[in-house]
Amino acid sequence: MSKPTIELRATPHIHAPHDVVKIMRNVVFASLPMAAWSIWSYGLSALLLMLAVVASCLLTERLFNRHNNTLGDWSTSITGILLFLTLPPGFPAWMGMLAGFIAIGMGKVMFGGLGMNVFNPALIGRAFVQAAFPVAITTWIPAFFEGRFTRLIPSTLTPPFTIPPETAAWSQQVAVDAFTGATPLAVQKFDHVAAPALHLLTGTTAGSLGEGSALIILACGLYLALRRILDWRIPLAVMAGTWPSAELFHWIDPGVYPDGLFMLLSGGLMPGAWFMATDMVGSPVTPRGVVIYGLLIGIVTVVIRLFGGLTEGVMYAILLGNAATPPDR
Amino acid sequence: MGLLQQLRRGSFRHGIHPPANKQVTAAQPIRRLAFAERLVIPLGQHIGRPSRALVRKGQEVVRGQPIAAADGFVSVPIHAPATGRIHDIRLMPTARGELSESIVLDVYKADTQEVRWREPVAAPNTLTPEQIVQAVQAIGMVGLGGAAFPSHVKLSPPDDKPVDTLVVNGCECEPYLSCDHRVMLERPRDLIRGIELAMRAAGVERAIIGIEDNKLDAVAVLQDALRDNPCIRARAVETKYPQGSEKMLIKSLTGQEVPAGGLPADIGIIVNNVGTLAAIGRLLPRGEGLTERVVTVTGPGVARPGNYIVPLGTPIGFVLQQVGHQGTHTDFVLGGPMMGPSVSDLRTPITKGTSGLLVLNDSEVLKETRRIWPCIKCGQCVSACPMHLNPAQLGQLAVKREFTRMADEYHLNDCFECGCCAYTCPSNIPLVQHFRVAKAYNREHAA
Repeated sequence: MSKPTIELRATPHIHAPHDVVKIMRNVVFASLPMAAWSIWSYGLSALLLMLAVVASCLLTERLFNRHNNTLGDWSTSITGILLFLTLPPGFPAWMGMLAGFIAIGMGKVMFGGLGMNVFNPALIGRAFVQAAFPVAITTWIPAFFEGRFTRLIPSTLTPPFTIPPETAAWSQQVAVDAFTGATPLAVQKFDHVAAPALHLLTGTTAGSLGEGSALIILACGLYLALRRILDWRIPLAVMAGTWPSAELFHWIDPGVYPDGLFMLLSGGLMPGAWFMATDMVGSPVTPRGVVIYGLLIGIVTVVIRLFGGLTEGVMYAILLGNAATPPDR
Repeated sequence: MGLLQQLRRGSFRHGIHPPANKQVTAAQPIRRLAFAERLVIPLGQHIGRPSRALVRKGQEVVRGQPIAAADGFVSVPIHAPATGRIHDIRLMPTARGELSESIVLDVYKADTQEVRWREPVAAPNTLTPEQIVQAVQAIGMVGLGGAAFPSHVKLSPPDDKPVDTLVVNGCECEPYLSCDHRVMLERPRDLIRGIELAMRAAGVERAIIGIEDNKLDAVAVLQDALRDNPCIRARAVETKYPQGSEKMLIKSLTGQEVPAGGLPADIGIIVNNVGTLAAIGRLLPRGEGLTERVVTVTGPGVARPGNYIVPLGTPIGFVLQQVGHQGTHTDFVLGGPMMGPSVSDLRTPITKGTSGLLVLNDSEVLKETRRIWPCIKCGQCVSACPMHLNPAQLGQLAVKREFTRMADEYHLNDCFECGCCAYTCPSNIPLVQHFRVAKAYNREHAA
């Protein structure tokens, strides 16, 4: 028994039963169902890619923070999982690891580590590989392909610094249904055919690993919103920015522009709104700031999707939203 | 308490919901604590100028006798809390951490300790407002909720700021504390008499008692006692910290907001705590000075928690000895856990402003020793701050020592250190401490 000690504390003497670690851990837990769904849809390749990306993120964090243990806060794992979810299923593992290195190194450590990053680190990593590997990042694989738990997608194990093999023919072979190799957004943009909402909700369309099922994303997001870890205003504002602006263009020319529901459910909008835009560090802190930020992301997404060269605009919209966030709002 | 009234309960925006921890003490009647052998009575235990000592070393005093006089208008006299002999007048430790000039009184052990000194006043109904204000000062009354601001000053608003409403603060929003709750339950007549006196003194026509809805029994007792009194109403407000802060309570009860940097009198309101008004109602008609108060002694480290009538000047060490305490790592808090200061010296006395003595020990204390993480801009402090400030930004500026910017651009001076931000901060950033340092720095450099 030690000598009785009088502790002198600054007020308040009590504290809410949460901390950064618990928050981050909860985000990791909430993103796991999405990761599990992507592995269910794409098999071993997805699992391998996830392990590669997360390991790369953790190693990078460790490399740059050798003197204080920053791995224990789970935030690096979040970046890894979220980055993984933005990648296409057959993305070569080495490119994924490079994306992880850039995400943590450039997106986070360079700004000063946890809490200091201006942009969502996962999206920085994704933006880098989008620019560096424009073909690999837009090569899609059919979900639920045959033998996904016994063999890898041919491009997954591409040796570093080499060009991944062509997978289009292979995709046609293994696909259970007819597979066009294009995302609903691309099909809509170039052929003006919108995929049915039900397919988007249940995730039976081509796309990035985390874009599969809007239902699962919604459930995970709602869990975080209920735990008050995620600011529910952000996804709502993003959707409130997306839907009316999409509907406006749809009303002007329904033959060319898709309706609001398609815009909401397709591509990366759902995971972006619930898991990327809500990254605490890059988003505003005040209620009004949050609403402006969300609306901005929603509107910019629609503008890029409809008028930009790319089929998807969520990533750049969120990065722009991050950049537009003043440090004190 | 009807459902309708529940739904209509007033509130303010933001704030937090810490665990109340009031059940143990709130369920027991107020008990009396024994007299310590030696009492320590600081001359400066209220806001304003310290009192002037009227006694010499070695002098005998009787309980209730004035031993120090008010020094000016914003000051109050002090009355001997016990019959005994003045041991000395010297520097003694106080809750603020600094040594302060105090009267040290040796209590006569064999004495019955009845109040032997009264200055009778005319029948309370016949007193003029000025006479009430004078009498309130004469009994040494200050805000018993914790601020210890001289009550008679509040009751005499300046002529250019006419007041029409008395808000009676029965929120007791600090966790653990229940002394106001017990006073409302046990002394409703004293309280109502005190409210009526205060209303007459300040010339207001209506009074609203605001009580958090975790004390509906107190609301019921007061509503029952006020059946025939149309001018005073008892109303339940949402249980939420810091509901008992006067600006929050005014917002909750009247919907009005006190302007930034202003006082409630600017919008025609004065606020008094239930404990203060109950003490006025009890002591003023008898012409008795304030010599004791009800203190909630509680916390995981206390063996016999409860609400105790404690003679002013009782060292907390004596209180703890009487109620029993345990723990190897102990945080002794005067007041509630959100705003009460830690004390390092067990000779520190209970003073007029001490509403509670909270003993947090071992696990409770050690689990607060946590790693401080960087701010992750989660915005929880922004959603908690009842003054609608941006504590996250203020905290970052404090780290960069940009103290003047904090005050000029981010309204640092509106912060009243309620602690909501630091309570809710997942990074455990000591925000309140940062803000205190900044304010102290600004005060020093403004001079």
